Amino acid sequence: MRGAMFLDILITGLISGSVYALLAIGFSLIFGVARIVNIAHTAFYMLAAYCIFFVVQKGGFHPIWGMLAAFVIVTLLGLLVYKLFIDPIREHEGAVLIGTIALAIAMQEFMLLWFTGDYVSVPALIKGYVAISGVKVLYQQLLTFGMVIVILFALWALLMKTRLGLAIRATAEDREVANLMGMNDSRVAMTAMGVSVALAAITGAIIAPLTILTPFMWMHPLIMMMAVVVLGGMGSIKGSFAGAYILGFAEAIVVFLIPKGAFLKGSVALSIMILVLLIRPEGLFGIAFEEER
Amino acid sequence: MGLFWFYFRKGYRVVRNEVLVLPSRVVLVLFVATLLLLPAFTQDPYVLRILILTSIFAILAASWDLLSGYTGQMNFGHALFFGVGAYTAALLNLHGHIPPWGSIPLGGLAAVLAGLIIGIPCLRLRGTYLALTTLAFPIILMGIVFALPGFTGGELGISGLSRLSHSRIWDYYITVVLMLILCTVMWKITDSNTGIIFHAIREDELAVRAAGINTTRYKLLAFSLSGFFAGLSGGLYAHFMRIAGPSTLEVSMSFTVVIWAIFGGIVTIYGPVGAVFILFPMLEFFRFWPEYRTLMFAGVVLLILLYMPEGLLPWIRDKIEVQCPRCKIRNVATRKICRICTAPLD
Repeated sequence: MRGAMFLDILITGLISGSVYALLAIGFSLIFGVARIVNIAHTAFYMLAAYCIFFVVQKGGFHPIWGMLAAFVIVTLLGLLVYKLFIDPIREHEGAVLIGTIALAIAMQEFMLLWFTGDYVSVPALIKGYVAISGVKVLYQQLLTFGMVIVILFALWALLMKTRLGLAIRATAEDREVANLMGMNDSRVAMTAMGVSVALAAITGAIIAPLTILTPFMWMHPLIMMMAVVVLGGMGSIKGSFAGAYILGFAEAIVVFLIPKGAFLKGSVALSIMILVLLIRPEGLFGIAFEEER
Repeated sequence: MGLFWFYFRKGYRVVRNEVLVLPSRVVLVLFVATLLLLPAFTQDPYVLRILILTSIFAILAASWDLLSGYTGQMNFGHALFFGVGAYTAALLNLHGHIPPWGSIPLGGLAAVLAGLIIGIPCLRLRGTYLALTTLAFPIILMGIVFALPGFTGGELGISGLSRLSHSRIWDYYITVVLMLILCTVMWKITDSNTGIIFHAIREDELAVRAAGINTTRYKLLAFSLSGFFAGLSGGLYAHFMRIAGPSTLEVSMSFTVVIWAIFGGIVTIYGPVGAVFILFPMLEFFRFWPEYRTLMFAGVVLLILLYMPEGLLPWIRDKIEVQCPRCKIRNVATRKICRICTAPLD
């Protein structure tokens, strides 16, 4: 019994930690490069999940097509929205902030109109499960975890091994100097936005079979994603990674071990974040710049 | 009789020389007069209800501006103050049998305490970090509210509070007059020495510290002042709706406050108030298309931002008034020379 619960906690923590990690990395990417606090980030994640639902349940295609469609459509939509609504007001920090909030609300309302508020679900890519000491581990969960590792590796390669990654990192470090070195600032920002939204879309696509879809599913990940970013230190991929698993496991432990834990999971995870901030205001792996924070 | 004519002439002079010269002041006077005289024309409970809620939220939006606009401490968790005010007023009223005139200010004081508590960890954070951290606090409190349903009513909230007053008209006058007074107080605060220090902290905190000012104390002051006003509006809301529920702590509540304030234009106090008086009744007007209501709201905010990223009201004010380049006094845009120093305006 105890072992089973331990395994449950392990799996839940790993899955939600992975989701938070992918979301937080995407969020801090666009924040680092363009100083945009993109509240609508998890709304794209919600859109991707619904995109799969639409292709699979309404169109009758295999889930893999749904995932591809979600990836392409949501990324293009993200770029379009960026060009139309965020780019023109990029210099005004406050305007960008409420612009992205309004965007997220608009997307939520669109989905509410289109698919209504009913809870829906998406079939798994690979059906079936393996039983480990009495605990069902879905193949989909193993697949999700495997894909998270692949995506994180690909992202690391993109940022560290390519010229584009170098440009993104340089712009994040110092926009003006990067501009002087011949990097097209707005194009780098556009690319970073594309990568960031694509990450949100992939996250939504791989987690969709494991959760219940509602137009409001972006709220909770948004809060946890922001907590992860703050906890890990903004702009640090290593920090986002560590922070995400800390908060993911904290949530899982609270849900499984404390009665009424489902109500308290957010509170406990966020309290951990605040306690860490009291000791290390720059986050776990952040570097303290005097002007930045 | 002579005394009466003396004051009449004096009042007339003030109106002609100080109010009628600037369109923004005329609009302000008309706004206050309309609010105060409205019940003489319509006593429709629905209209009064909307205006009461608008006034309550106007206090909330202005208090966000006091903290986040002036001091630059981006607060994404303003619902915390609102919720703490509402829940404290509700608990005191229900269990302590304290009438509204006592429970609402006590709710405000509880929100001051909340402001001090969240101010302490937040003092070491800045900008976006602060914004993302403050978002956490109302959610933590909401978890506690859900976990203790016996005390806080859980999902249903605390209902059955005593009314603000015995009739709708009195409710209306209490909230509207309180709104006008509290917003004037906030505006006066931001105009005082303290307000100048708030401005300076937003512009350059290091320089303020170098000038020998204890910025920590002033930031905590901003947190608690803003908390007090937001807590008052929370208490008013609880007593007007006669229920304090978890909806007062929701993320969307915090976001809505930010939308109102930035839409109206921050660092103005009048901007957020005006924005609430435009956006809240507009949302009610959209109820004719219930499914599209929130979508239209989001659309209006996005479109207006594209053209007026500084906020709606400062944009309008800049169109109808110009500042004299020499003496920095504002003039109607139609004037050719400054009304005080006769310098040419361009």
